Amino acid sequence: MTETALLYMVVGVVLFGMGLFALVAYPHLLRKILAMNVMGTGTFMVFIAIAHNGDNQPIDPIPHALVITGIVVAVCSTGLALALASQVQALTGQPRIDGSEREE
Amino acid sequence: MSWESLLPLAIVLSSFIPGVMIFFFSEKQAGLRTGLNIAAALVKLVLVAILINGVWRGDTLYELRVSLLPGLDLALRADALSLLFIILSATLWLVTTVYAIGYMEHSKNRSQFFGFFSLCVSSTMGIALAGNLLTFLIFYEMLTIFTYPLVVHNGTDKAMGGGRVYLMYTITGGAALLLGVVWLYMLAGQVEFTDGGALASVAHHTTPLTIIFFLFIVGLGVKAALFPMHGWLPRAMVAPAPVSALLHAVAVVKAGAFGIVRVVNDVFGVTLAQDLNLLQPLLVMACITVLVGSMFAIFQDDLKKRLAYSTVSQVSYVVMGVALFGPIGATGGLLHLVHQGVMKITLFFGAGSFAETLGIYRVSQMNGIGKRMPLTMGAFTIGALGMIGVPPVAGFISKWYLGTGALDANMDWVIGVLMLSSLLNAMYFLPILYRAWFMTQQEAWPHEHDFGRFETHWMLLTPPVVTAVFSILLGLFASLPYGLLDWVELIISREYLL
Amino acid sequence: MIFDTTVWMSLVILLPLAAAITAFLLPRHALAIGLTSSGLIVLSVIALTISLVDGGAARDQMGGWGAPLGIDLVADGLSAVMLLMTAAVGLAITIYAKGYFPARDAHKRAFFWPLWLFLWGSLNALFLSGDIFNLFVTLELLGLSAVALTALVGKPTAVRAAMRYLLVGLAGSMMYLLGVAFVYAGYGALDIAQLRMLVADGPPLYAAATLMTVGLMMKGALFPLHFWLPPAHANAAAPVSALLSALVVKAPFYIMLRLWMDVLYPLADTAAPQVLSALGIAAILWGSIQALRQPKFKLLVAYSTVAQLGYLFLLIPALLADSRPQVLGAIVSFMVAHAAAKAAAFLSAGNILHATGDEQIASFTGLLRTLPLTVTTFALAGLSLVALPPSGGFIAKWLLLDRALANGDWWLVVVIIAGGLLAAGYVMRVLGPTFRERETKPTNARAVPRSMALSAFGLSVLAIILGFMGVYLLDLLAIEPVSMMVGGG
Repeated sequence: MTETALLYMVVGVVLFGMGLFALVAYPHLLRKILAMNVMGTGTFMVFIAIAHNGDNQPIDPIPHALVITGIVVAVCSTGLALALASQVQALTGQPRIDGSEREE
Repeated sequence: MSWESLLPLAIVLSSFIPGVMIFFFSEKQAGLRTGLNIAAALVKLVLVAILINGVWRGDTLYELRVSLLPGLDLALRADALSLLFIILSATLWLVTTVYAIGYMEHSKNRSQFFGFFSLCVSSTMGIALAGNLLTFLIFYEMLTIFTYPLVVHNGTDKAMGGGRVYLMYTITGGAALLLGVVWLYMLAGQVEFTDGGALASVAHHTTPLTIIFFLFIVGLGVKAALFPMHGWLPRAMVAPAPVSALLHAVAVVKAGAFGIVRVVNDVFGVTLAQDLNLLQPLLVMACITVLVGSMFAIFQDDLKKRLAYSTVSQVSYVVMGVALFGPIGATGGLLHLVHQGVMKITLFFGAGSFAETLGIYRVSQMNGIGKRMPLTMGAFTIGALGMIGVPPVAGFISKWYLGTGALDANMDWVIGVLMLSSLLNAMYFLPILYRAWFMTQQEAWPHEHDFGRFETHWMLLTPPVVTAVFSILLGLFASLPYGLLDWVELIISREYLL
Repeated sequence: MIFDTTVWMSLVILLPLAAAITAFLLPRHALAIGLTSSGLIVLSVIALTISLVDGGAARDQMGGWGAPLGIDLVADGLSAVMLLMTAAVGLAITIYAKGYFPARDAHKRAFFWPLWLFLWGSLNALFLSGDIFNLFVTLELLGLSAVALTALVGKPTAVRAAMRYLLVGLAGSMMYLLGVAFVYAGYGALDIAQLRMLVADGPPLYAAATLMTVGLMMKGALFPLHFWLPPAHANAAAPVSALLSALVVKAPFYIMLRLWMDVLYPLADTAAPQVLSALGIAAILWGSIQALRQPKFKLLVAYSTVAQLGYLFLLIPALLADSRPQVLGAIVSFMVAHAAAKAAAFLSAGNILHATGDEQIASFTGLLRTLPLTVTTFALAGLSLVALPPSGGFIAKWLLLDRALANGDWWLVVVIIAGGLLAAGYVMRVLGPTFRERETKPTNARAVPRSMALSAFGLSVLAIILGFMGVYLLDLLAIEPVSMMVGGG
């Protein structure tokens, strides 16, 4: 794999990790949703890196197809997440779901 | 599929289907329910009569198999030992049904009661007719499930507590039994009940087989109330008297003892069990139970509890018999399976009648009861004398065989146990008899019902009298051809290959 | 069969999706569309099974494009069993939902049916998927429908639980997707049949295995990543809870089965399978103990799900060893038995809540008199959960014990037995009080609609009947694709 592709892949993985951390660490729902999107973007970058076959070589179209599908899925998930988050805000007044009410 | 192979299934269904139907009857349809109960009991007796002839001749047609998994079959089969248990159960069920109808007349939720009652009997039939360990296990667990609602029937706190203890013991026992069965199946493939044992091919795995035997004894010993797994039985006395009668004479405790007989005779086989040194510890456990049960009985004032501990002690005679390596002892054990059932049910019928008619629950209240309820007390006396081992009541015969069997097996010390146990039996039964017949009534009966001409409701009076008469007949006519003794000797001869 | 297997495969996926869209566009007819399409889907699944039994496993190249570019659907014995399980439980839940969402609750009813049909369609598609990316897509669709259904009730607790479910689920999906990336990077294929030939031990597989397994653990609520399940399953509407516990949570496990059997198998000797098994043990013990402590009925049942899911993982190491067909039989029969029993349990909880309005177990005193059919339903379901004979649970437990003993895994044997005793404990916690005599008459006992009572009862009876269908199940499971290579593309 070329250096550019490797760089993309590493950055993708790093983004994924940062997104995962943020998903767990921050209580605000919007931040969690953003974090989830960053995780997705990181994954997509990995796919794009995989598609690269070397400079001036035809790229592998399959990972690109996967990325496009993934984007669609991510958009839908984000939509549902935002709708739910606003419901949570409306019902509880707080844009957060802490663990304290786990046992209900 | 021949009609013969369907007979075992028919016997199981003859209680199962009425049981389920009864759940749908309302309380007002008592007559319909009674009719259905009695009809089902009679049908069952007819089916059993058909079977007796064939099994005596050695027919092997009466078998039905259903595949549950590849290599794992549900098998119902009628052989001599199953018929012994079935005849006992079916006859006593008929008698108990009559008694229960009389006893529960003022009780609530009778449809639920009689529904589960029938389902219990069908499970017992399944246990008797099981042709392999898996089938036995399935019906054994079903018995646990169907007896629980009967134990907690009164719905009081005490009943619920008794029920919880009952379940804790029986479910744990069931888990031990399940583990043993799965393990044995993994070792030896499907284990069919075979005269003389079925484990010849794997007899060299001595350690696993010993552990498996131990698991079986724990699992079966819970229901058979073998010490120290007997704790649930006195607590379960909180159930209505017909339930105690059924549980102690016919269903649960006998199922455990029957299972132990099956395991020793038809799974391991007496010879293998002896070779693996399994019979000695079992014998010791049985003897300990015999003595400990009797000792606890002496200190109980509650009549049913005293009878419960007596059952703990007496059922272990069956285990004792089967653990004595030799045909005579085994004969004694199997004879006692039947004798104890008939005698003990008489005692429980009596106890229930005393409670229902006069409100008497404790021995200390029984002064002079012989005058008030002579027939019932008479039946009770016969049962008690049989338990002690007084001829000509049946108990004498089985104890005699056990004693002779002990000598035959060079276990002379067992005779000491037998004699001591008879003495202890006398110590807790004779005072009851003395009080009832020879002491005068001190105070008014706690709660007297007047039944007019008879001392009590005819449905409460007839069953104990009938079973008491049976106890005497079994003793007097023991050596009649085609009698019980002949049947038992048939079983033993097939087991010991005499 | 009349048509080729591949036709039924497509139909089984298209029918629910089309019905879902139609129900969404015509909300006033949502109930009718839901009922008819459910019947049709069940018939299609049965037809698919028959055609599989006749003709063997099948592979359908959607749109004529073969793998690796196209999406291939694969139907074998395992798919058929999962589809049948979904169909049976789904049919019961459909009938239940008819009574549960009354006409006056038009809003909820209008949205329940499209969402439920989407969920069903995604499950069917998932069980027929032949490549790891399609599994991701169907898993996402499943998750989104499930989350929406959880939030449908509208209570704050349910909405919060749904939000948590969504976030955890998405995290899991993303991890799975990253794992897919590594698989593709390492071996250049997505189709499971192709991957089986291509995979080898190496860093791409390690990375993929970790990511995908952890991601699926999150979606499948394996201890310790189970924390989202109890609130979600307990606070949803009763039919939704049944769906979630019986079906939805099984899909990630199904994917894990396929992955470990066909893609990750070079890692069979590593510690990973043993770790999964150990987590399964922890799940059984933790879930059962928590179930014993819950004052509310549905939470008890939800923790029971956590515990029962643990059983599925116990034999993963054994699965990857030699005796695969038997171990697979044990695991799958457990999944199916649990689905029927757990769905029946949740539906009976719904019935009780409908009748008395109280889901505290302490209020169940004397319930046997007032709701005999519902209590019997829970009793039969509990029988299967405790794995007492005769029931599907008993057969499954027998198979598990048999395999554990055969491999000499004594601690597994102990855990399985202990799990059964604990299950008996929490089942009796609920059943025991129902036998008690009540001093006072219950104040407001609403009648339970027949569709609700009978569908729940039917499921519990199915749980028992499964105890006699072991032979058929194992026969069905044995149908495997003869040739694994795919042509064309």
